[in-house]
Amino acid sequence: MADRAEAHARKRDGLWPWLFVLPLLSGIALFYLWPILQTFYYSFTEWGVFGGSEWTGIDNYVRLVSDPQLYVALGNTLLYTGIVLLGIPIAVYLASLLNTPGLRFASLYRVLFFLPYVAMPTAIAMVWRIIFNGDFGILNYLLSLVGIDGPYWVSSPGIAIVAVAIVGLWSSIGFSMIVLGAGLKGIATEYYEAAELDGASPWRRFTSITVPLLSPSIFFVTIITVISSFQLFDLLYAILGSQNAVLPKSLSLVYLFYQAGFITNEKGYAAAIAMVIFVLIGLVTLLQFRLQKRWVSVD
Amino acid sequence: MAFPFIWQIIMSLSTNSEVQSVVPTFWPAELQWGNYATVFERLPFLSQLRTSVVITVIRCLAQIALCTLAGYAFARMHFRGRAIVLALVLSILMIPSQVYLISQYQIVQGFGWLNTIAGIVAPGLFSAFGTFLMRTAFLNLPTELEEAARLDGASPVRTFWSVMLPLALPSISVLAITSALWSWNELLWPLVISTYQEQMPLSAGLATLVSDKSNTNYPVIMAASMMAMAPILILFIVLQRRVIDGLAFSGLK
Repeated sequence: MADRAEAHARKRDGLWPWLFVLPLLSGIALFYLWPILQTFYYSFTEWGVFGGSEWTGIDNYVRLVSDPQLYVALGNTLLYTGIVLLGIPIAVYLASLLNTPGLRFASLYRVLFFLPYVAMPTAIAMVWRIIFNGDFGILNYLLSLVGIDGPYWVSSPGIAIVAVAIVGLWSSIGFSMIVLGAGLKGIATEYYEAAELDGASPWRRFTSITVPLLSPSIFFVTIITVISSFQLFDLLYAILGSQNAVLPKSLSLVYLFYQAGFITNEKGYAAAIAMVIFVLIGLVTLLQFRLQKRWVSVD
Repeated sequence: MAFPFIWQIIMSLSTNSEVQSVVPTFWPAELQWGNYATVFERLPFLSQLRTSVVITVIRCLAQIALCTLAGYAFARMHFRGRAIVLALVLSILMIPSQVYLISQYQIVQGFGWLNTIAGIVAPGLFSAFGTFLMRTAFLNLPTELEEAARLDGASPVRTFWSVMLPLALPSISVLAITSALWSWNELLWPLVISTYQEQMPLSAGLATLVSDKSNTNYPVIMAASMMAMAPILILFIVLQRRVIDGLAFSGLK
């Protein structure tokens, strides 16, 4: 029955759907689907200086696992991700404050927190470079007021990536708050009313109602944050600058990819790095699918 | 949260020595509006601005046209292979952009589009996310109007154009905003495609400015970065509800 209706609808629509879909599909196929296959193939090849490439099997991958830069990049990416994730508890707390009924200027606060997320990363990075400046930056000035001798944030190895992560944290909080805010709207107010009648303190209500009932949204935001943090490039490039002497110690996975693909022109090697990033992000996505089923069943 | 923006405005109106004084100057002795004028003399700001505007407008229009058409077909039309084609398009959402970057570069190079606006624009004309967004929008629209139009003998194109498209306008504006935001701010792709500062959009142009060690006129850099962000910030402040809802959705892909 349903099959017949479907067949009828197909006959009625005829070739029209293809006319609607083809313009997009041709571009997607050329610029996205084909490149995915090609990159996979490239990752098994080596490119000559004057063009041409030869099949080298798993050489790129062998080289990659023994490349100390890979582990530096992986470590930095993980450190960056870890610091940016610290923004999520802050975002949960701020989102629940913003969700207070009758709060004045709620939309103003929302705009203020969201502003960093929409600001051009390369433009705002320049501001942060000056804030972080070791000689005249306001951050070190403020630290000196409380007796701390601040470091050269963007030119000390080990610290540069922390500076980048502080900016990453600052720019991602607004986004997390918006997604969490949508989750908060889904929590029935009856829970809070009942808890208030029972004399639960605001903090108790936050920890016993908000946090557990919000856990699917928190989990979701965590995954999104991990995936986007793993692709750190813009902020790192713009804050540190491509000539920075600490770059070899401060690069991220995507920077390593960029360096191999477009600076030293080892496209086959870069393709292998891209595949590693792909697999890592794929694992996180898989984890999300697996765990989401379990978490969503909470409510 | 807003401090960096405020600090940026203050610094953009200070003298260079005020910015570099060890005890911060919280308010410049005299507002240096001239810094904004200097931006146009010292940097290829106008040509980069032009590139940014052109790529953003072209991508917005193309994404709206292509994604509404495809989104509608995926949501409301019936054809053999629909599920597979849709799955292929949506699979891109899960793949990090580095995976197709090298090959996209080869393709653009093959077309002879390196260092051109066409090269910067091309891959971004086609959006899997936009298609997903528009498909969801059309799925959520009521079917009655569409069926009535069909019974009246309207062609699929006419049904799409006169009946469904107007109903989808709110989602189209979300698509326009997300595509403008991404296009304006994007760094990696324009950076690899363009070698000359004059041809870069602002996002890449400013980033290369930082790498130039000789560039230590901080107030002018602040003025430049302020002006580079301003169009998007204004768009956001004017359309805040739409932007926030749209981006919350974009996270939900």
